[in-house]
This record gives sequence, C-alpha cells and structure tokens, in this order.
Amino acid sequence: MSWFRKKNPRIEVVPTDERRVKTEGQFCKCPECDAAIFKRDLEESLQVCPHCSHHFRLDARSRLAMLYDEAEYEELDDEVVSSDPLHFVDTKPYTVRLEQARLSSGLPEAVINGRGRIGGHLAHVAAMDFSFMGGSMGCAVGEKITRLIERATAERGAVITISSSGGARMQEGTLSLMQMAKISAALAVLDEAHLPFISVLTDPTTGGVTASFAMLGDIIIAEPKALIGFAGPRVIEQTIRQKLPKDFQRAEFLLEHGMVDAVVDRREMRAFLIKALNFMVNPAAQVEAQTEAQSSEPQGSLTSDPDRNGHRQSPATDLKIKAQSKAQNQST
Amino acid sequence: MDASMSDESANSSVSAFERVQLARHPERPYTIDYIEYLFEDFVELKGDRRFADDPALVCGMALFHGRPVAVIGHQKGRDIKQRRHRNFGMPKPEGYRKALRVMNTAEKFDRAVITFVDTPGAYPGIDAEERGQAEAIAVNLLVMSRLKVPIVVAIIGEGGSGGALGIGVGDKTIMFENAVYSVISPEGCAAILWKDSSKASQSAESLRLTARDLYRLGVVDVVVREPSEGSHTSHQESARLLDESILNALNEVSKIPSAERIAQRYQKLRHMGDGKFL
Ligand SMILES: [Zn+2]
Repeated sequence: MSWFRKKNPRIEVVPTDERRVKTEGQFCKCPECDAAIFKRDLEESLQVCPHCSHHFRLDARSRLAMLYDEAEYEELDDEVVSSDPLHFVDTKPYTVRLEQARLSSGLPEAVINGRGRIGGHLAHVAAMDFSFMGGSMGCAVGEKITRLIERATAERGAVITISSSGGARMQEGTLSLMQMAKISAALAVLDEAHLPFISVLTDPTTGGVTASFAMLGDIIIAEPKALIGFAGPRVIEQTIRQKLPKDFQRAEFLLEHGMVDAVVDRREMRAFLIKALNFMVNPAAQVEAQTEAQSSEPQGSLTSDPDRNGHRQSPATDLKIKAQSKAQNQST
Repeated sequence: MDASMSDESANSSVSAFERVQLARHPERPYTIDYIEYLFEDFVELKGDRRFADDPALVCGMALFHGRPVAVIGHQKGRDIKQRRHRNFGMPKPEGYRKALRVMNTAEKFDRAVITFVDTPGAYPGIDAEERGQAEAIAVNLLVMSRLKVPIVVAIIGEGGSGGALGIGVGDKTIMFENAVYSVISPEGCAAILWKDSSKASQSAESLRLTARDLYRLGVVDVVVREPSEGSHTSHQESARLLDESILNALNEVSKIPSAERIAQRYQKLRHMGDGKFL
C-alpha cells in the first residue's frame, strides 16, 4: 500500500544528549543499578536495562519504529515547524534556541507523526521527543497533533500519542496554551466518531500536555517509574514548602490513584497496544456513531460527513474545509 | 479593533508588568463582586459530587438581563482569612469537576454559560495531583469545545495558564484591558529562562500576555476598557462596562444555531497560532 512507501530511515536508536556521553565505547552504565550494559544489548531491549528494567529515554523515531508492524511507517507533517510568533527573546532569541534544538536533536520538531499499521490496524501515532526543547508544546506541536487526529478521524484510524514533555512552550506564550484547547477539541470529534485514542505517558509528562490530550485517552498507560503530573515537583515543593515522597507523581503512584489503566514495560508495549486496538477498533460501533450524529445533527456537524461511509479520504482532507462549506450552505 | 477598546485611553502606555500588577491588585473586583452587579437571583451550586466543594471556584445559576444562565468563576479572597478559604483563587480538581457538572446541567436545560477567569493557576499541591488535576482540566477542555449552549468567557484579572483555560474555552473571549493571560507567570518564566526571577518585568513583555497583544494574536475577541486607573478604582463602572460587553457577546452567539456555533467554535480553536502553517 502506498502508505508504507517510506521505510523508517533510522531504526537504529539515536542516542540522546544524555546518553551520548555514557555510550561512548561499547558499554554504558545504568544510572539505576550501576550495571555496565553492552550497548547493543540496550538497543535490542529498546533502551531498557536488561538487569533492573530501568527505562532510558527513547527518541521519537525509535518509538514509532518499535510500535509499527515491521517497523514500517510513513512520517507525516514534517513541514510543520515552529516559527517565532511572539518574536520572543530571553537570554537568547527563540529562533536561535530552535535552530540549536533542531541541530542537537536531529528532529524538525518536538513531535513526530507517523501513519502505518499496528497489529494490522490503521494507526496514527504522534511521538514526542524530550530532546527537542524538553518536548515542549508550541504552535507547531499543537498543529501536528491536531492534524494527526483530524487525519485519523477522516481515515477512521486509531490515534496513539506518546507523551514526553515539560508542558507548553513558554516562548510561544498564550498561543502555546491555546494548543491544549485546540488538540482537545479535535479529540472530542474523534471521540464522537467512536474512534480509539490511546495515550502513552513516558518520562516525563507534565504541565499543559498532561492537562490536555495526555489525560484524555480512552485508555491511558504509562511506562514504569515515569514522572507524570500537572505541576512539576519543584513547583509543588516551593508551594507547600516540604519535601515530596520519592514515589510521588511516578507512574505507579498514578496507577494507585486511579489515573492510568496500566503501567506497561516498554518491551510489552506493542503487544499491549495490539490487544487494546483489537478491542477498540470496531467498524460496527463507528457506523452506529455516524447514524447517531446524522440523526441528531443534520447540519454543521463535524462528524456526520457522508464521505465517511467507507470512503477513505486523502490525507490532505481537512475538517475545516468541510465545516466551511457547510456554513456556507446554511447561510444561503 | 473592537469598539469597546480605546487606544486613546489613559492606560495605553502602561507596561506589561504594570498590567500584571493591576490584574493582581488586591482591590480589584472579583467574580463574586461581578455576580452582585451583573446578575439577579444568583443561587450558588456547590460540590463536584465526587469528593468536595471547592471555594476557589464559584458556580451557580442566575438571571442575566432576565435570561437564566449558568455562572462559573474563580474566586480570590479579599482578606487573609478569605484568601486562605478561597485558596488564593487556585482551584483543585474538585473545582474543575464542579464547573463541569454545572456546564452539563446548563446544556441539559439549554442555558448559556458565562465564565469569569481570575486565577494565578490551578493549585500545585499533593492532594490536587493525587486527585488528577491534569485530568480534571483536560476533560473540561474537551467538553467545553463541544458544549451545545453558548459560552462567553470573561478574563477579569489573572489568566493563569491551564488553571484559567480549564474554564476558558468558549464562543467569545472578553478581556479587560489590564487583565493578563499567560502560559506561565512572568516570575516563573524569568526564573526558568533568565535564571533570575527579578527579570519578571522583561519576561512579562516577552510573553505578550496583555489584552492588546492577545487581541492581535487572535486569542481574545473583545478588549474591555477599564475605569481611569484600573478596575479597582470603580467596581461599579467596571461592572457596567463588562455587563455591556458580555450582553453583546451573548446576543451575538445566541443567534447562531447550535450546530453551527459548535462548528465555529471548533474553527476558532483550530486556527489558534496556525498562521504560519497555512
Ligand atoms: Zn539497571
């Protein structure tokens, strides 16, 4: 199929800055158990320590490769990159910070969009990368994730997001904040179409990413020991003026408090997602949702497009075009 | 530019950080003050039916120019005792879940929702994290984007990041000229990017958090003038100006059929910050 033209160009794990130092030579040291790990073993175990299961951070493209069938997927929306809408300058201009982030991470943005099959199911995966400005969400990240969700809605695919982010990107100010609402609105439309959304939380996921799409999954899963929260631990410590317990805001803490469905080892992640998709992908439910939407909202609805009846639309199809044409029809 | 915004106003030369200070002025009118001026027959609705009532976020039903509406707003405290009671206007998850409950009730009975935003941010504390602060806010964003009834959002003081947005998604966003709306406090931003919290005045400029900036960026639809030196100098005059602005906005969005209004709301959110990608 045409979707799978592009073989993932970089299945090899790209070391993050943090790891680059430690992985010089054949071995690297696990920060958790101090064991010396043979580099190739670490790559084979998806950057999980074979001795103590410590999860190292993983770059976005390796994330996608690890989840898709045969590690094959199409990378989309790379043309959407951050500009500098506020002309923001702190100790350095934002444009300089962006250029540095692109060079050091080798990525166009803090999120990479993929399309392919997982367990045979059409899946649109957005993988965030902490090495690009702390995985922060500015307008480009918001736009990419929104496009991914809208594309999944149009093509009746599943959405999976893999979060790793310090939150909204300060250098794009309130516009970054608005991306939370923008992505959530797109997810609401996906939800009305009864299409699956699985949110995977990895270390760390905080701030505006947690307070929007990351906590809106039909199913929410986390990697072991991942830091997940609304406020960062430092902000909380400053507010309440006391030291936080060691396990606070870790994946297992969220599990205990009912905030995630499961804590899943990265090596089991793909198998878990396939089981979840086998349950959630159900064309019968989707047809029902369409009928429901059509009978209750004959006009102006974003979910009742007749093109959805089995016709796959081109990826370029944008809901806004349909909404506009409908608005015009109504006014005449 | 909106008619209610006046570039000739005495305050047009006020710096961003001065506006931050005006937005936080201890004598500035709060949600409950506006409720008294703007509404009749206000009845407070308490509790999220899950855990607790949150005094930092006030909800209720009331009459606005004779029309039944739901009212939702952050509430700061005027004196030390009240401030503590209201948690300085920083809601916990139960506050956002109470707001959600009241919005759903408003939708069920086809009543418009008016929200008042005035918070330093959602509360960053252990209990708030345990009960899912992030999830509570996230659900509100999703539900507000699809609510069938009109939503008018008024930013009356501090629009503190996700804590503000958690009741801040709507069809029209109104903002007082000295109110601020930001992804992070200027002090927090200065501490992280400048490594120096005394650079708050500079970061406030950089963040483009004033009503004028946000109007230009398309985040805010209407900027409302404040009395001479700021809203704290006349609660009554501030209320009169806000009343006029909310009424205009509500009349405008109420005319639109529900499905079309939801589609327009979606489009408005959809184009937030996408100017460079089209
Ligand atoms: Zn180890």
